Amino acid sequence: MSILGTRVLRTEDPRLLTLGGTYVDDLRVPELAEAARVTFVRSPVAHALITGIDVAAARQAPGVIAVLTAADLNDLAPPPPDDGSGGNEAAPLPLGGPWAEPLLAVDRVRYVGEPVAIVITDDRYQGEDAAELVSVDYESLPAVVGADAALAGATLLFAAAESNVAVTGGAPADPAAFDNCDVVVERTIVNQRLAAVPLEGRATAAEWADGKLTVWVSTQNAQISRFVLAGVLGLDPGAIRVVAPDVGGGFGAKVGIDRDALAVAWAAKHTGHALRWAETRSENLVGMTHGRAQRQVIKIGGTRDGRILAYRLEIVQDAGAYPRMGGFLPFLTRLMAAGAYDIPHVEAASRLVVTNTTPIAAYRGAGRPEATAAIERAVDLFAAEIGRDPAEVRRINLVPPEAFPYSSPCGPVYDTGAYAGALDKVLAAAGYQDLRAEQAHRRERGDVLQLGIGLASYVEITAADAAGGETARLVVHDDGTATAYTGSSAHGQGHHTAWAMLVEAELGIEMAKVTVIHGDTDLIPMGVGTYASRSLQLGGVAVHKAAVDVREQARQLAADMLEASAADLELDTERGVWQVRGDPAASRTWAEVAGQAGDDGLAAEVNYTEGQPTFPFGTHLAVAEVDTETGKARLIRHLTVDDAGTVVSPVLAEGQRHGGIAQGVAQALLEEMVYDADGNPLTSTLVDYAAITAAELPSFELLRSETPTHINPLGAKGIGEAGTIGAAPAMQNAVIDAVSHLGVRHIDMPTTPERVWTAISEARESQ
Amino acid sequence: MKVTVTVNGSQVAAEVEDRTLLVHFLREQAGLTATNVGCDTSSCGACTVLLDGQSVKSCTVLAAQADGRAVATVEGLASGPDEMHPVQRAFRAEHALQCGFCTPGMVMATISLLAENASPTEEEVRSALEGNLCRCTGYHNIVRAVLAAASDDAKAATAQAAGQ
Repeated sequence: MSILGTRVLRTEDPRLLTLGGTYVDDLRVPELAEAARVTFVRSPVAHALITGIDVAAARQAPGVIAVLTAADLNDLAPPPPDDGSGGNEAAPLPLGGPWAEPLLAVDRVRYVGEPVAIVITDDRYQGEDAAELVSVDYESLPAVVGADAALAGATLLFAAAESNVAVTGGAPADPAAFDNCDVVVERTIVNQRLAAVPLEGRATAAEWADGKLTVWVSTQNAQISRFVLAGVLGLDPGAIRVVAPDVGGGFGAKVGIDRDALAVAWAAKHTGHALRWAETRSENLVGMTHGRAQRQVIKIGGTRDGRILAYRLEIVQDAGAYPRMGGFLPFLTRLMAAGAYDIPHVEAASRLVVTNTTPIAAYRGAGRPEATAAIERAVDLFAAEIGRDPAEVRRINLVPPEAFPYSSPCGPVYDTGAYAGALDKVLAAAGYQDLRAEQAHRRERGDVLQLGIGLASYVEITAADAAGGETARLVVHDDGTATAYTGSSAHGQGHHTAWAMLVEAELGIEMAKVTVIHGDTDLIPMGVGTYASRSLQLGGVAVHKAAVDVREQARQLAADMLEASAADLELDTERGVWQVRGDPAASRTWAEVAGQAGDDGLAAEVNYTEGQPTFPFGTHLAVAEVDTETGKARLIRHLTVDDAGTVVSPVLAEGQRHGGIAQGVAQALLEEMVYDADGNPLTSTLVDYAAITAAELPSFELLRSETPTHINPLGAKGIGEAGTIGAAPAMQNAVIDAVSHLGVRHIDMPTTPERVWTAISEARESQ
Repeated sequence: MKVTVTVNGSQVAAEVEDRTLLVHFLREQAGLTATNVGCDTSSCGACTVLLDGQSVKSCTVLAAQADGRAVATVEGLASGPDEMHPVQRAFRAEHALQCGFCTPGMVMATISLLAENASPTEEEVRSALEGNLCRCTGYHNIVRAVLAAASDDAKAATAQAAGQ
């Protein structure tokens, strides 16, 4: 029986549990034995001109090796000239041109937390002391905070750009779009700004020696980091080694290498000192990119019996101070705007604006949770308007199974799905009718604790950059062990376990004999890494294909050894030996076969690309209890179908769903990065930023569903982000549903007690 | 000032600044890097260790306060990767860790919890771990692991570790 699909425990865990991981700040490699500490001096104001920087006192402080500012960046090549193209909207790259972001602020700061200077000291405490002594003169400018201020344009962040609107996209609204609808509902909603909060913040160490730069960085993409470093520092990629050691969570906010890490690498080369930097949480909450931050206008229309005929989504995406991903995030939101529904007319448009806040980039889902939250709120608003059950309205409008492959009016082609099946499975497992009956009883009795049932039926896009592919190299050694080198990158997902399972399944070399290596560009120069739920379906398939290639090479070698025809050879994957079919007595082990390979060994190298992305789908059902006197909402049950095609490792897939659900519920209930009108962050510590805890969650009820994709040989789609995409709108809809009988139609996320209480009070007053 | 701390049964003595935090002492002077720093407000629990058997957030304790006392970190629990403590075994069996950054603190907090309450309910586990953040697992499997570790054969070893 194949090991695939079985409950295999992780190979990573004994080390992580007994010795702890080796994260960047844990590295005790010889190159860093004498490493000095980097401390950043960051802007305390949101928007100001820098009129002077005095580093004299800091340079005299104990332990200070150097203090660096933008004036020291003179050894860097100037950024390439603006070609006027405004960047490719479909590429997640910084816009550049007039929107370019320096490594250290030059003459202006644009967000609280922006790096202004670097202090290098012997130890960390000295760095904190010396950073306090760097005196920066700021001439305050009005802060641009929020979509309205950005669009008004009274203050510009980038004068040369002549606007705060960096990218516009999508089709202009069709004035006749809703003409044939009986019922139309329109609403402005907010998908709030979130912090990713990986438990390990950003961390970088760097050493410049003998013309080679080595950078250890907490990243999801060592190879991408190498190319970015090469471009910024003007080095040949061959002169750079990037290592991603253990990485303490990423959630999209560690894609590539960001400004602060680049500055550390530059400073190591500039000063010749090996350097270490590990940010504090207070730095992390203003320095690491945030996610979401969309204001959306949703408009939905259809017939009184529940058929949705038209949907419009208009997005203002807050980019923060620098458009680090160009227009990519709202592009993805527009791409998935239609959701899991077959709606005849869908239109979506977006504007990307800059504000004096921390830059926005990917956070678990990166544009897709925003699309799902919008359409799932819209469907509930529509259902409420026509007075029908939200489950029934979903069932009427979901893309039917016979429609696949289904061309969405927004562009993508959904590969495979059983959308209504997922909905029905969740409704049955939840006891939907019983829950509705219980809700009705509580409403009749006027209970303080009201029950809410929230649904979200979603489809999402994974491996959106399928054509970018992923690399693998597999070597079988003459001692019978194997090494798999992967361009994909692990930061908790369990790649080492899953890739070893794939090798064992194909070759019969047991997992314990398979070493998986990732995240070192000296060993794996080419690769893409991890984001967009792409790992298994690209990196995993690459390993699988490398194993198939190795198997066919081995078949010929074994045939020569056994003096048989290759066609008569078979691999006994249970015993891990080659034999002539029907003659198990004469067999050759992997060690023997590998020993017969030539100088290059028994090895295969694969760069696997896919023709198109895949589209996982599912339904989440949240049951909320809302205290109508205090406004406090609690999640009491959460059931999901998350169908990501064929499951290679149920244990890992469930773990991804659990974590995703928690982050989605956190958005709906608790978490928000808040700024005041002057651009001061009000939630810049974990005391103020309400990261969700165990006490605020129940255990989850996961249901199984596997609808394979035909896009890749494993039949697998991505599972990393689905939980978050489905959970947030289900939770939000549940809270609103709990108080809908009081006249409440909408509450923005996070549905804090204050917001719920206010919504109830306003609804009562208006009745 | 000179500080001497018994860490996982071995004496570690070092000259440190008065303001040195216990977590930095463990990581830099004792050379034990499993205990991580996840925040600067005592909110996340990644740095949880046992100080004379009681769980503390070692970012909130000065090294000087641990002078002459005993500290237990996750490195001291197992004699090897194959000889794990019952709580470590339960975390592995239930897939209660992903990136691993919160794990050492989570394991030490669990040992402390089970020493105080050998048979907690799910609600008691969730409440007891409120001060330990995990961003990967959604806590689902951590809670399962703690409940599994609370089984009878785990109790003796847990009590022993907490008593060190």
